[in-house]
Amino acid sequence: MAISSADHAIAPGDTPGGDGMSLFGSGSRRRGDRLFRSVALGAGLVVLAVLALIAASTTREAWPAFRSEGLSFITSSTWNPAEGRFGALAFIYGTVLSSVLALLLSVPVSLGIALYANEAAPSRIRRPVIYVMDLLAAIPSVVYGLWGIIVLAPFLGPNVYAPIDRAVGGWPIIGWFLHGTSGRSFMTAGIILAIMITPIITSLSREVIATVPAAQREAAYGMGATRWEMIRTAVLPWGRGGIVGAVMLGLGRAMGETIAVALVIGSQPGQITTHLFEAGDSMAAVIVNQFGEASGTHRAALVGLGVVLFIVTILVNVSARSIVSRFDRRARGV
Amino acid sequence: MTEPTDTPTPTETADRDSTGIDDRADVGLAVADGSTTEAEEIPSSEIVFDVRDLNVHYGDFLAVRDVNLQVRQHEITAFIGPSGCGKSTVLRCFDRMNDLIEGARVEGRVLYHGVDLYDERIDPVEVRKRIGMVFQKPNPFPKSIYDNIAFGPRLSGSREDLDDVVERALRQAALWDEVKDRLKKSAMGLSGGQQQRLCIARAIAVEPEVILMDEPCSALDPIATARIEDLMHELKNEYTILIVTHNMQQAARVSDRTAFFTTEVNSQSDARTGRLVEFAETRKIFSAPDDERTENYVTGRFG
Repeated sequence: MAISSADHAIAPGDTPGGDGMSLFGSGSRRRGDRLFRSVALGAGLVVLAVLALIAASTTREAWPAFRSEGLSFITSSTWNPAEGRFGALAFIYGTVLSSVLALLLSVPVSLGIALYANEAAPSRIRRPVIYVMDLLAAIPSVVYGLWGIIVLAPFLGPNVYAPIDRAVGGWPIIGWFLHGTSGRSFMTAGIILAIMITPIITSLSREVIATVPAAQREAAYGMGATRWEMIRTAVLPWGRGGIVGAVMLGLGRAMGETIAVALVIGSQPGQITTHLFEAGDSMAAVIVNQFGEASGTHRAALVGLGVVLFIVTILVNVSARSIVSRFDRRARGV
Repeated sequence: MTEPTDTPTPTETADRDSTGIDDRADVGLAVADGSTTEAEEIPSSEIVFDVRDLNVHYGDFLAVRDVNLQVRQHEITAFIGPSGCGKSTVLRCFDRMNDLIEGARVEGRVLYHGVDLYDERIDPVEVRKRIGMVFQKPNPFPKSIYDNIAFGPRLSGSREDLDDVVERALRQAALWDEVKDRLKKSAMGLSGGQQQRLCIARAIAVEPEVILMDEPCSALDPIATARIEDLMHELKNEYTILIVTHNMQQAARVSDRTAFFTTEVNSQSDARTGRLVEFAETRKIFSAPDDERTENYVTGRFG
């Protein structure tokens, strides 16, 4: 870069020393730069092209269902392949609800672990904590799903949900949510998803927290901040953007998670309820459960669910990004 | 910059006269004899810190040993010496910032108005509220100028009007006129020198008794440095200041007393340990030091 700007700025002959040789860099090095730039640009374009192709081809596959259903594909919750009715609203609801539950359960725990590992744990404990979290991230989701259906769901239904339902199920407001006794339910799906996304959110936010400059920590400590005050005033504001990014990646994984949710959510099509302890269904779960025996418009409708899932994920990510950047701009007072 | 190092500025002279300690030989003697002689001469209320037999370890490594010195009220005390001589380590003992380093261990006593800061009943958080610190690189929070200054008062739940506190601190730090119209703007938009004065303002907003400065000008240009030095002269009337500096001219210009540290190499383990070589009036350190090592260092013949 320096070489090319130099030969624009100085005409031949102006060069101190007279011969001018050293300022005119060798062409081969610039060829290397150009090659690198085109490779990098190409790689970036490939990603965009893949995304566009996926969007285009799935939309085409789903088109028969979109055409016959119109807007009611996303506004109706009647899903009846036998009668050719395909309304996906209940599945969208199930995906969003189970993912939001997963975030509510997972984010406090993940941040707690990340802060503990980075700020509080003595180094001989820090290593094992990080190691175990990374291991959890490596467990295949079907294993979580099997554990959920064999162990967790049969336990939670009679031992946790039923007593809670008996105790507070009739109350106003709380009872709207803590109602039902089904082991396979929105709540169980949320719990399994929370366990699955906790390692990701923990690991990413831990890395973000580790990048908070020591100078910022010292500034807070030097003013007489306690450890918690230091975390609240120096670490969290500095890492906020990255932490929200980590949460969004976790949310993305939760919304797209298929097999584990399909096993524990209960496969109850058309169910839109605030009752967290009742069975429902999610977009990804329906796709995996029905795709094998689907054909014609039914098949197109399932691909259409994939398109909707794709769009919802993108919307969530984009809006989260813009919230973060607005937040950061205000915090920095720029 | 151009001032000869061995001529004290008028302020310095006046200040010495007012404290009544003007006899160089006497002070030099007192230090050489140990702290007791000197302690009898000056009223104990003037002694803010009394460091006795201080050793600091990082794990198995002995970073600095056998430090004895006294810091007087409303004076600027400078710590100079080559890299690794332990001057920053000692400075961080005065507000227990060393506690934050895993494996750091302090032996000996650091008496603050007679109270040992390393007594087990002492809460380091309370210590740091009374003893402010300014760091090598300006480290404002990525918040507004106002919120930076209000940080300390808010932490301690001050009931004073924050607007007044902020204005007073910024005025004291000679920054008010430059920022009064942009208090709600980010502190990150200030220049390096302004950021460092902001950090000083942030430290004095909680009205500490002492301000510790760890190479506060090493990241600044000469003009910004000069402003900070002027500011230190102003602040000396209300605060006691300790400054670590790599810049000998700076120590000569701003400080009343200077401590010269150096490293000793242990012949067996090859470990380097910092030691306090000489502590005396700045004028004496730079014109007639007792120790040959001090003289070599301040004259640039470092050996």
